Amino acid sequence: MKNIHMQAILEMQGITKSFPGVKALDDVNLTVARGEIHALVGENGAGKSTLMKVLSGVYPHGSYDGDIVFEGKPVAFSGISDSERDGIIIIHQELALVPLLSIAENIFLGNEIAKGGVVDWPETNARTEKLLKTVGLKEKPVARVDTLGVGKQQLVEIAKALSKKVKLLILDEPTAALQENDSQKLLDLLLELKAEGISSVLISHKLNEVSRVADSITVLRDGKTVSTLDCHSEKISEERIIRDMVGRDMAHRYPERTPEIGETLLDVAEWNVWHPLQTERQVIRGASFRVAAGEVVGIAGLMGSGRTELAMSLFGKSYGRNISGTVKLRGKEIDVSTVGRAVANGLAYVTEDRKALGLVLEEDVMRNTTLANLARVSRNGVIDNAEERQVAERYRTALGVRTPSVFQKVMNLSGGNQQKVVLSKWLFTEPDVLILDEPTRGIDVGAKFEIYTIINELAGQGKGVVMISSEMPELLGMCDRIYVMNEGALVGELKGSEANQEKIMSMIVRS
Amino acid sequence: MTEVSARERETAAEGAVVSIGSHLKNHLRDYGMLLALVVIMAFFQVVTDGTLMRPVNLTNLILQNSYIVIMALGMLLVIVAGHIDLSVGSVVGFVGAVAAVMLVQYELPTPVVIPACLILGILIGAAQGYWIAYWRIPSFIVTLAGMLVFRGLTLWVLQGQSVGPFPRGFQLLSTGFIPDAFGIGRPNATAILLGAATAAILVYMAMRDRRRHMKYGIEDEPFSFFLAKNGLIAAAIVFLSYMLATYRGLPNVLITMAVLTAAYTFLTNSTTVGRRIYALGGNEKAAKLSGIPTERLTFLTFANMGMLAALAGLIFAARLNTATPKAGVAFELDVIAAVFIGGASMSGGVGKIVGAVVGAFIMGVMNNGMSILGIGIDYQQVIKGLVLLAAVIFDVYNKNKST
Repeated sequence: MKNIHMQAILEMQGITKSFPGVKALDDVNLTVARGEIHALVGENGAGKSTLMKVLSGVYPHGSYDGDIVFEGKPVAFSGISDSERDGIIIIHQELALVPLLSIAENIFLGNEIAKGGVVDWPETNARTEKLLKTVGLKEKPVARVDTLGVGKQQLVEIAKALSKKVKLLILDEPTAALQENDSQKLLDLLLELKAEGISSVLISHKLNEVSRVADSITVLRDGKTVSTLDCHSEKISEERIIRDMVGRDMAHRYPERTPEIGETLLDVAEWNVWHPLQTERQVIRGASFRVAAGEVVGIAGLMGSGRTELAMSLFGKSYGRNISGTVKLRGKEIDVSTVGRAVANGLAYVTEDRKALGLVLEEDVMRNTTLANLARVSRNGVIDNAEERQVAERYRTALGVRTPSVFQKVMNLSGGNQQKVVLSKWLFTEPDVLILDEPTRGIDVGAKFEIYTIINELAGQGKGVVMISSEMPELLGMCDRIYVMNEGALVGELKGSEANQEKIMSMIVRS
Repeated sequence: MTEVSARERETAAEGAVVSIGSHLKNHLRDYGMLLALVVIMAFFQVVTDGTLMRPVNLTNLILQNSYIVIMALGMLLVIVAGHIDLSVGSVVGFVGAVAAVMLVQYELPTPVVIPACLILGILIGAAQGYWIAYWRIPSFIVTLAGMLVFRGLTLWVLQGQSVGPFPRGFQLLSTGFIPDAFGIGRPNATAILLGAATAAILVYMAMRDRRRHMKYGIEDEPFSFFLAKNGLIAAAIVFLSYMLATYRGLPNVLITMAVLTAAYTFLTNSTTVGRRIYALGGNEKAAKLSGIPTERLTFLTFANMGMLAALAGLIFAARLNTATPKAGVAFELDVIAAVFIGGASMSGGVGKIVGAVVGAFIMGVMNNGMSILGIGIDYQQVIKGLVLLAAVIFDVYNKNKST
């Protein structure tokens, strides 16, 4: 054991990285021994990706505090090309392959085997073949990447890393999008590479995978190193890891609400959705859930677990294909096949990506507020300016949108106020059930509290609220009931009063 | 007490003084192009020794630009929706050719030919809009194809020949004038009365709007500025109608143009359809997730463009009194340039009808003025190109400064 630490390939010491208003990393230490698989675990937003961006030079030297020592030498990377030259290669969750190019072209992209700008294709293909053999991928070098499944694409990424003489391989959630047997293959490959002396950092939420391959584990929480565990000296239990991951005090406060839960409003049964492009991939598997009047229901899960896909496929089939299942409102089946019909039948969906999907940024608060229900402020297709303005003012006051006037372009508002405008838009459609997707993402603490208050008021008015969030404390603080989602399925259900982070996390990691 | 209120008055007065300047600055994009038009007209008025503003030339200016203005109305909607239509010049030629064949070879009556040709235009626009809206084929490609197809069909319909002349009734579409109802002769009293009435209506509507806005406390335009602006616009309209009255009166196309401009201004400002087109161009995904039928709107926008291109084709043919295979060549570029000069954004969601009309007249006055001066077509092209570039740079510069 001592021996391992003597031969550290990477030491990151006292790394601190701040963004305006947030300390993303606070005195983080990470030591990776030569030839080990080091797992990095933590909740969404714990700082794992930021740490890896510091390491790979995405955040250049000088934009953070602390030291990085790689192979015994202090390093100062100013970009990804610097870290790659030293043999540190990161494979992101979203693969960075060009779908229309061949495997060989992708592997040597930006690193072509060429003389005077002319590519040596025979040599390229021969080397690719060798690399593919190493990673155990039985495909021709000329096969186009978009003909491969996600698992095979992942292997191409690793082959690409090997072509660059990798010494430290960083994998960010490599198995998140993979089927079980593909995941196993990938983990086996990591063990093989380890035998050949390649060290890796594995970022993963799946604790069973971590316990299977990792030699040591570093747990991050809220931008700090919580613990570093050695898997060989002691038996590490999953409970121990989970406790380290989530064991913080409730930092936020949530407004009080006495739930008055009425009849069941929304009842979704056996909802199945397939990926819009990868036709063999089922994104939502038989999800069934219900929401009652006056109830706030949470959907917990990790990124990529299918929560947004579930919501958007329900809302006018805005995501996915081959959608099947039934949606009932107050016991009667309703048509949600287009956004217009879903809205007319009492659904509203507040998107997680308000800038790209929620707002017309070039237009003002008033026009954004009335966009989804122009019929209410118009007669025979002619907009009643006075009425429209009154509506906009009413919601501005009710939700406390801080703007000089309703004629302010929404692009000039802060994130919290933009979110209130999106909420205004959907409240003006007078829905029975609101699905809020990450309603407090990227907004400050004060505005969060205001949004929580609005949610409570809506529930108080007898609406059903579905709240999707990656912040577990938020769900625990707000929800009457919480569904736990993983890999497209609802894998558990907890009463708000009985739920805690450990229970949710263990439902996710053990499903 | 008195001291305080005196200071308040002072700051209020100061605020008003500052606000004329800052108001102008804030609305530079709105008034900039109108100002540019005035400056360009004044410039050519001087260098052509007053030829530009002669009644006969003003009448010509309107007749020459009517079809560009009419198409700019439709093109504005297309561009605001985030698309482009390159086929309009060919559609002008094709519809003119079809009209000519119907009128001259088949001797169909004008009241049949005009609606038939407008419907043909709608069908052409719809055929292109179908692929753009429902198949998501880029409008640039679909309408580029349309540009080739309809130019070819024009040649085919006309068999490579010019077809004309047309019956008198059809020619009136472009070369007719509103008759003098009072029989006074020149100056034409009808024209002056219509001009004065239009000016009065515009001023009345502006005042009504301002009153209503004041009630909500949202008026940011200083009153002196409001007065000057509307006074100038009213004076310009009365002056123009007087000038036209001393020649042959108001051309029929001017009325067509004015009515259409008013209708499309209303459509874009006050109707749900107009509002939705802006939202679609501003953020298609957000519009779709707000329940707006984005495909159908795109489709209708192109069908509308087809209809206006057909109308322009009829007017153009009537003006030349013959349909030629070359009719409408490169019109699409003038139309698109007019819309961008008028402040529309290539990425969609931004643009005004008034801007597009002003843009069309900037192009028109420059064409006309340079022709009077005898400047060669070579220089004319260069200058027009540079003006387009300058207008868009001005826009982008303003936008960057404001954010």
